Amino acid sequence: MLDPDSGLSLTIARIVQRLKGSSLHSQLERQARGNWEKRILKSLNSMCTELGIPLAQKRPVNEQKELLNKWNEMGTDEPDLSLFRPVYAPKDFLEVLMNLRNPNYENGEQLSFRNHLGLIQVPLKVKDIPELKEDFSELGLNIGQLGIDDSAQVPPEFFENEHVRVGQKVLAEQDSAAAQQYVRQGCPTALRADLWALILNISNQPEDILYYEQLKSNVIQHDLLVDSLIYKDVKLTASNDDYYFVFEDYLYQVLLCFSRDTSVLEHFTYSSATPPKSYIRGKLGMEEYAVFYPPNGVIPFHGFSMYVAPLCFLYHEPSRLYQIFREMYVRFFFRLHSISSHASGIVSLCLLFETLLQTHLPQLFYHLREIGAQPLRISFKWLVRAFSGYLATDQLLLLWDRILGYNSLEILAVLAAAVFAFRAVNLMEVTSLAAAEAVLADLSTLKVMPLLQIFLFATVT
Amino acid sequence: MPVPVRERCRCRCGADAAVPQVQEIVFRNFYTAFLSVRVQRPGPGGPRRWVTCLRDHRLMPCPHTEEGSQDYFSLHRHQMLCDMDQVTAVRFILRQPSPVWLHFTIEELQIFPPGQKSPQKDFPSWLSQLSPPEQPASLHGELPDPEKVSTEVQQMWVLTEVIRARQAAARIGRFDVDGCYDINLLSYT
Repeated sequence: MLDPDSGLSLTIARIVQRLKGSSLHSQLERQARGNWEKRILKSLNSMCTELGIPLAQKRPVNEQKELLNKWNEMGTDEPDLSLFRPVYAPKDFLEVLMNLRNPNYENGEQLSFRNHLGLIQVPLKVKDIPELKEDFSELGLNIGQLGIDDSAQVPPEFFENEHVRVGQKVLAEQDSAAAQQYVRQGCPTALRADLWALILNISNQPEDILYYEQLKSNVIQHDLLVDSLIYKDVKLTASNDDYYFVFEDYLYQVLLCFSRDTSVLEHFTYSSATPPKSYIRGKLGMEEYAVFYPPNGVIPFHGFSMYVAPLCFLYHEPSRLYQIFREMYVRFFFRLHSISSHASGIVSLCLLFETLLQTHLPQLFYHLREIGAQPLRISFKWLVRAFSGYLATDQLLLLWDRILGYNSLEILAVLAAAVFAFRAVNLMEVTSLAAAEAVLADLSTLKVMPLLQIFLFATVT
Repeated sequence: MPVPVRERCRCRCGADAAVPQVQEIVFRNFYTAFLSVRVQRPGPGGPRRWVTCLRDHRLMPCPHTEEGSQDYFSLHRHQMLCDMDQVTAVRFILRQPSPVWLHFTIEELQIFPPGQKSPQKDFPSWLSQLSPPEQPASLHGELPDPEKVSTEVQQMWVLTEVIRARQAAARIGRFDVDGCYDINLLSYT
């Protein structure tokens, strides 16, 4: 049974980890965020009125029984989703970010040193390569990495065997801080599930399983409009993906429960977003009948299910998979689709990507700009999805190892710049945005660690 | 190249303050990069002179970027270069060398004499609600009493069964109001 000491320290560790506040600057950013959130609400409301479907309704008993019976095979259902459309797609979000302006900043129309040449015009502080080299020092050329030094040509005695041995020791000691340091050099496949759980402080206690069962019963009882959006998103994205279509049922089991999880509301204290609100029918304006919609306050967008899909390779027990995803979301993924000035927020990541490209590949940047192919237009979707669905899964997991290890999403922007650097020769020859997109359409053959290492440590500046 | 703009603002203490002392200065920044503070106080000779008590205190780590631009700052007397007693006037000198900002100033300026604490941010309620960790029963090398352990395990099992049975009415993570989640459209305010 649960030892009170370990429960308390786990809770504190989780709270401390999450409380990396997102600093809010600029009243206009708040205003832009307000306008963006209102747009999302309007879109959802109009879908609701057009289709004549309520935002939420209690499921009739026979439907509840039916859903319970096919809980493990919801993918076989083929509901008519043609009338539903995603509330927004990453490119809509990019349009909003492009139009963020600080009224106190001199945004002249003429090109001057004040204007940024990329799409993001907000003057946030981003790191340059010397600073990134220091931050990501464990990715250096003379330090062993999984993803490079475990390839077939390298004898395992050089690095891999010792690294696995150290990983097993870290797990045996159950040392979360050591695990976080360890995964900076990559996780062995066999140890990854446990190491990530250790870093995220997920221990599968009976009460966690109970909590998941409680969420499942909430799904059975109430039918939400958001459920159809989730179905549609899974059908459009994960089910069409060669790697992830097998996990379709898991994705429903996680995402439907995620929408009902009110504990996710806690992350809004350090996120700069606001959860949508509504009132019980007939009690408009009465605060005691105000509720959040969906219960977790997060409206899924096109591609949201791709945050969960890679985790299905690691975890097969629905409640454990669910907990890992929830913790990854409230620590990292929420920053990728909300407006804030946090260093790992999407605005900073976009600016970091554009600045790195402009500083280290100025000819390429200029050329792409001239042909109307602003680099961020192509890389934005990679950043919002943390490269899920674009890289091969083993490469993606090596990348997410480093996100956990460094507790930052900046590596995504560095990788995006490194990909452009890798394909620079081809990109210099294209003459349109469509051609540039074609050059960068397929990332499935890329090896992320060599790209990152070369870009950070081996590029002549 | 535009010359860095200097801005100055002056404030005088109330003339009837007995011996004005400054304990703490609190303000909210608005795009000021560096702050200098000078105070007018009696010198060693007698007549009042202006003395610099804070020189080029950096508020924005990088004047061209947003960091620190709208943060709250608090300056204590122990950070100052001189004594903050018998102060009759305080002068704030703001510097913003970057030409990209249209305006810069400081706002919500408050000066506190000794004995008055600056407004503390409330501690989040959960910090005060954390119960102190219970002392685990010291085993002293003995095994715990099996009767006691089995009673506790049985109690836990009963609790689990109760929670499982009460799923529909469980208060954990309820998002509905009295079982009802029948809602109107989303609210814009």
